[in-house]
Amino acid sequence: MAEYSALSLLKNALTGNRDWKPAWRKPEPRPSYDVIIIGGGGHGLATAYYLAKEHGITNVAVLEKGWLGSGNIGRNTTIVRSNYLLPESVRFYDFSVKLWENLSHELNYNVMFSQRGILNLAHSPSQADDYIRRGNAMLHGGGDGVWLTPAEIARKVPGVDLSRSARFPVIGGLLQPRAGTARHDAVAWGYARAADRRGVDIVENCEVTGFLRDGEKIVGVATTRGEIRARKVAVAVAGSTSRLMGMAGIDRFPIESHVLQAFVSEAIKPFVDCVVTFGGGHLYMSQSDKGGLVFGGDLDGYNSYAQRGNLPLVEEVMGEMVAMFPAVARLRLLRSWGGIMDMSMDGSPIIAKGPLPGMYLNCGWCYGGFKATPASGFSFAWTIAKDEPHAVNAPFTLSRFERGAVIDEKGQGPTPKLH
Amino acid sequence: MLIPCPHCGPRDLSEFSYQGDATRTRPDPASTDMKAWHDYVYNRPNPAGPHREYWQHAGGCRTHLLVTRDTLTHEVQAVAFARAALNDGAGKP
Ligand SMILES: Cc1cc2nc3c(=O)[nH]c(=O)nc-3n(C[C@H](O)[C@H](O)[C@H](O)COP(=O)(O)OP(=O)(O)OC[C@H]3O[C@@H](n4cnc5c(N)ncnc54)[C@H](O)[C@@H]3O)c2cc1C
Ligand SMILES: [Zn+2]
Repeated sequence: MAEYSALSLLKNALTGNRDWKPAWRKPEPRPSYDVIIIGGGGHGLATAYYLAKEHGITNVAVLEKGWLGSGNIGRNTTIVRSNYLLPESVRFYDFSVKLWENLSHELNYNVMFSQRGILNLAHSPSQADDYIRRGNAMLHGGGDGVWLTPAEIARKVPGVDLSRSARFPVIGGLLQPRAGTARHDAVAWGYARAADRRGVDIVENCEVTGFLRDGEKIVGVATTRGEIRARKVAVAVAGSTSRLMGMAGIDRFPIESHVLQAFVSEAIKPFVDCVVTFGGGHLYMSQSDKGGLVFGGDLDGYNSYAQRGNLPLVEEVMGEMVAMFPAVARLRLLRSWGGIMDMSMDGSPIIAKGPLPGMYLNCGWCYGGFKATPASGFSFAWTIAKDEPHAVNAPFTLSRFERGAVIDEKGQGPTPKLH
Repeated sequence: MLIPCPHCGPRDLSEFSYQGDATRTRPDPASTDMKAWHDYVYNRPNPAGPHREYWQHAGGCRTHLLVTRDTLTHEVQAVAFARAALNDGAGKP
């Protein structure tokens, strides 16, 4: 199915690029499917792809209220990493990185996965101890991690302020070499195209407005394009999870929606060739292939469904950026935007069957769902197809909150804005 | 975003600290009802629309406030002292 190759590029270049097929069809929704996936973000599309590819379930519709890529999949800062502490997280995110490593081949679509590494700067002895402990946990779980001294950091990222007079002097850093970035739009388009080619209907401009029920059981959805029935209904709507649960009569749920902003500067010559995070506050940045610096920090910190944030956070992020890289102080900002994050009560996701019969749920991604896209789609598809979890998503249940089995990387407790 | 503090007048968001959903009711501390505790600790209504929430004017008069704010627009619709609102029962869901 390799439609994209050096040969096809050449052929289409010679014919003025007029003969490319659309990457996916625009089908009318049918009255019923085996599986409906609500939400055409990265996770919904990946789930559809793996349902078709791994389980041969192709009578599937992905229902998206806007256009593909209009949600967080098209709004993130594209960092892919598995530098986690807890074994459940290390296993899940390492599995994801492995899928990322082969994703462009798998989809025959260049997702531009670039394993340029992520460097977490440490600014105090206790932070260094904490990072080294996390590095050891990563190694223990079969991942990769290296401790860098300030001299090594100076060689790797010359722009970092390593002076002793810095407000938060850098005393070392944890590097995960296999981490990196990818092109977020290509991930949505690549999965969409690959799922479409296997027979999945991707229906855009189709908002789910309610659930069809037979007693307790969910048997389909009401949408702005009519009622659609299905044996199984999967929800993957990120920041809109509570709204969908509300439509199913579940009006209290372990999720809060918060706004996260991101920024991109004007393009400059090559400046940083890995992802760098600032430990004196909360900031992560990388340089895109076009040359812009792409970066973000904390949530604004209050419940929000507005896809835009406020200025205090902008000031804070810029302050941190300049503290870390004094050379960027006079750079101009090109764009900023916001996305709605599904913040869970322990900072970890939920990928599970339920909460109602006939329903399957994928949510709680907080800041970090982009890197999870392949593993989330793979394990969610497995759960839908087999009615039981895959080993990598088995711990990420909804019932863990009742059982006290939370997966809280930072030990913050049930205050979503802190995760 | 400006929050009109009843003491200090309209002040910038950066002076306030967010303390979350104000509609939760803590079970009686002596209660051993696991369901009630689980619901109090972990579940939230998370509405898209008006949200009753606590803020503290941490960089000002340090009063705790009960704010009603629309999560779709960030418009602040009402502000009251948290203590007064709680005492007359208005802080309850
Ligand atoms: C600014 C920002 C920076 C980020 N940076 C990173 C990062 O560097 N690394 C990382 O790993 N993660 C990052 N993330 C997180 C990551 O983007 C998300 O966790 C992830 O994209 C969520 O999964 P998704 O792609 O399926 O979500 P989305 O793309 O949001 O998909 C959900 C879809 O559901 C649709 N929908 C909602 N309601 C309905 C309805 N009623 N009917 C039909 N469809 C509906 C929405 O329109 C949307 O398209 C960032 C997020 C933001 C906002
Ligand atoms: Zn005040």
